Amino acid sequence: MPELTYLQAISDGLRTEMRRDKRVFVIGEDVGVYGGAFKVTLGFQEEFGHWRVIDAPLAETAIVGACTGAAIMGMRPVAEMQFADFISCAWDHLVTVAAKQRWRAGTAVPITVRLPSGGGFSGGPFHSQNPESSFAHIPGLKCICPATPEDAKGLLISAIQDPNPCLYFEHKHLYRRIKAEVPEERYTVPLGKARTHQEGDDVTVVTWGAMVYTATEAAQQIDDLSVEIIDLRTVMPWDKAAVLESVRKTSKVLVLHEDTRTGGFGAEIAATIAEEAFEELDAPVKRIAAPDTPVPFSPQLEKAFIPQVDDVAAGLRELAEY
Amino acid sequence: VAIAQRAEPVGSLREVRDAGLDREDLLQVYRNMVLTRGIEERGHILYRQGKIPGSFYTGRGNEAAAVGVATAMGSDDVGTPLHRDMGVHVTRGVEPWRIFAQYMGRVDGPTHGRDGNVHMADANLGLIAMVSHLPAMLPVAVGCALAFRIREEKRVSVAWFGEGASARGDTHEGMTLGGVRKLPVVFVCDNNQWAYSTPTHLEFATEHVADRAQSYGFEGIVVDGTDVLAVYREAKRAIEKARAGGGPTLIECLTLRMEGHAVHDDAFYVPKQMFEEWAKSDPIERFRSWLRENAEMTDDEEDAVSADVKKLLNDALRRAEESPLPDPSQLGEGVYATPEDLDTPHHK
Repeated sequence: MPELTYLQAISDGLRTEMRRDKRVFVIGEDVGVYGGAFKVTLGFQEEFGHWRVIDAPLAETAIVGACTGAAIMGMRPVAEMQFADFISCAWDHLVTVAAKQRWRAGTAVPITVRLPSGGGFSGGPFHSQNPESSFAHIPGLKCICPATPEDAKGLLISAIQDPNPCLYFEHKHLYRRIKAEVPEERYTVPLGKARTHQEGDDVTVVTWGAMVYTATEAAQQIDDLSVEIIDLRTVMPWDKAAVLESVRKTSKVLVLHEDTRTGGFGAEIAATIAEEAFEELDAPVKRIAAPDTPVPFSPQLEKAFIPQVDDVAAGLRELAEY
Repeated sequence: VAIAQRAEPVGSLREVRDAGLDREDLLQVYRNMVLTRGIEERGHILYRQGKIPGSFYTGRGNEAAAVGVATAMGSDDVGTPLHRDMGVHVTRGVEPWRIFAQYMGRVDGPTHGRDGNVHMADANLGLIAMVSHLPAMLPVAVGCALAFRIREEKRVSVAWFGEGASARGDTHEGMTLGGVRKLPVVFVCDNNQWAYSTPTHLEFATEHVADRAQSYGFEGIVVDGTDVLAVYREAKRAIEKARAGGGPTLIECLTLRMEGHAVHDDAFYVPKQMFEEWAKSDPIERFRSWLRENAEMTDDEEDAVSADVKKLLNDALRRAEESPLPDPSQLGEGVYATPEDLDTPHHK
């Protein structure tokens, strides 16, 4: 199996589907000639032509709205937001049109929106956000947050073939930093099925995206604690059964995410554990998330914003000692 | 200073034939307009009887604009009609009883009681259901045209929007994308001169909405929206131009919204003389007299249309009232689509 970076795995998944399925096309800002701001679609226009790799005007509303129309007409559009932050400009088209069209009018909208998200490199308030919780709240949308190269490819293919609007949050900090073996052939990873990143008996960490690695490093810092790390893979639908099963095993839970705390998806997970596994718990559910501020620019401030390995290690110790 | 062209009125039967309609077609157009108004008048009665929950919207005054454009569409073309465009649904062949069922929130309405008023469409008729956020369906229609262009199909998409919604960014972005890619889309602005209570001079600073077309790189044309034949001719020209690869056109149909924004609104802010002036060019009456003068429509033919529409509506109302209310236990079904949901005339 070839070793691919997380970014190469995304490209590989997209290319695989475009070769296999003529209905798939890519539209976004600078995705064609330039190959995308992060080069995910580098070389795509040469291979697939400029009507399947479409350089769009700087118009997120038109990009996502047009994807909706094209999807209803039988295509499988993949939109790229240059940064996940810019999805706010297309909120209406996802939330008002695409998310509700199946339920109210019987018209499925099979679109995928790729969202380079997350911080860690001084992107500042408008190039670093993790907006998955906002969309997980909207009935009709699916939210996908791969952590590994293998999942990045398999989940993207699943998203493209899914008959619903799928938001695919690809974490920028993982793009070139994470490398692993990825099967060459086409495969899918089911949406809504969590992955046990690491097995353990004492404490469960429920997380997704780049925080999977933060949790892993934190767990390594504490020798005498056996930590189970559940990588949700998809935030909507989310694998409640896998989380509850792990909670029943360890009886202590840390919910970790890079998005801000209040109303973040971690709150939903914590509430569900409280409702459905309260009697299994040996400690209150702990949440570690970003503080309720915009994402800061200066490295010192950004470090204080994004949960760090030491923060998670401290949280794990606290749970262990409870 | 106006930039858009103004369409000439249509004169003789021969001119109409040249545009593609024979006498039988014309009678059908007339029937569609009468049926459109009939559906909304009956809807109004249902509302006053307390049988329609929520609010109720009509397109009185817009019948010619809606029917004229829809008549010019090909059977494989698609569109996103809005709440003043009942005539589009009628012309494409919607069954009136299903509209009444929709109005009343019954299970046989196209949205099965999940959405109200004209927030509906039949995929079999090439239509996509609107949302309240206007003109959100405009970029969607551009996307339909994009699909046709990618697949090199000779199909056209029609995007309706109101002059009020022309202020929103969706209009600008959709027209920009349609323009730069020369997509087979026709933008139809129903300019009924009032965005709820806001008059046009507070909505846009140009003389016409269609004046903007030039800045997007395509043609803009203003047409009298009460003249069904002129609307048809301009729409036909624009649709065939788009089909042939000539890119978008912006057609502005100028009308007056002859009722309030919705039934609760008495439109006190519209000057009385404005209503009086526009009442003189009622689209249905106008076309009726044209048919009498230019196409020798007889009393018998006219009566046949009235009787046919009346019977259709009576039957439709009866059938819709028999339709059951939706079952609350099914509320959660269909939030997410299954692969089977892609088996529609649209998605194929």
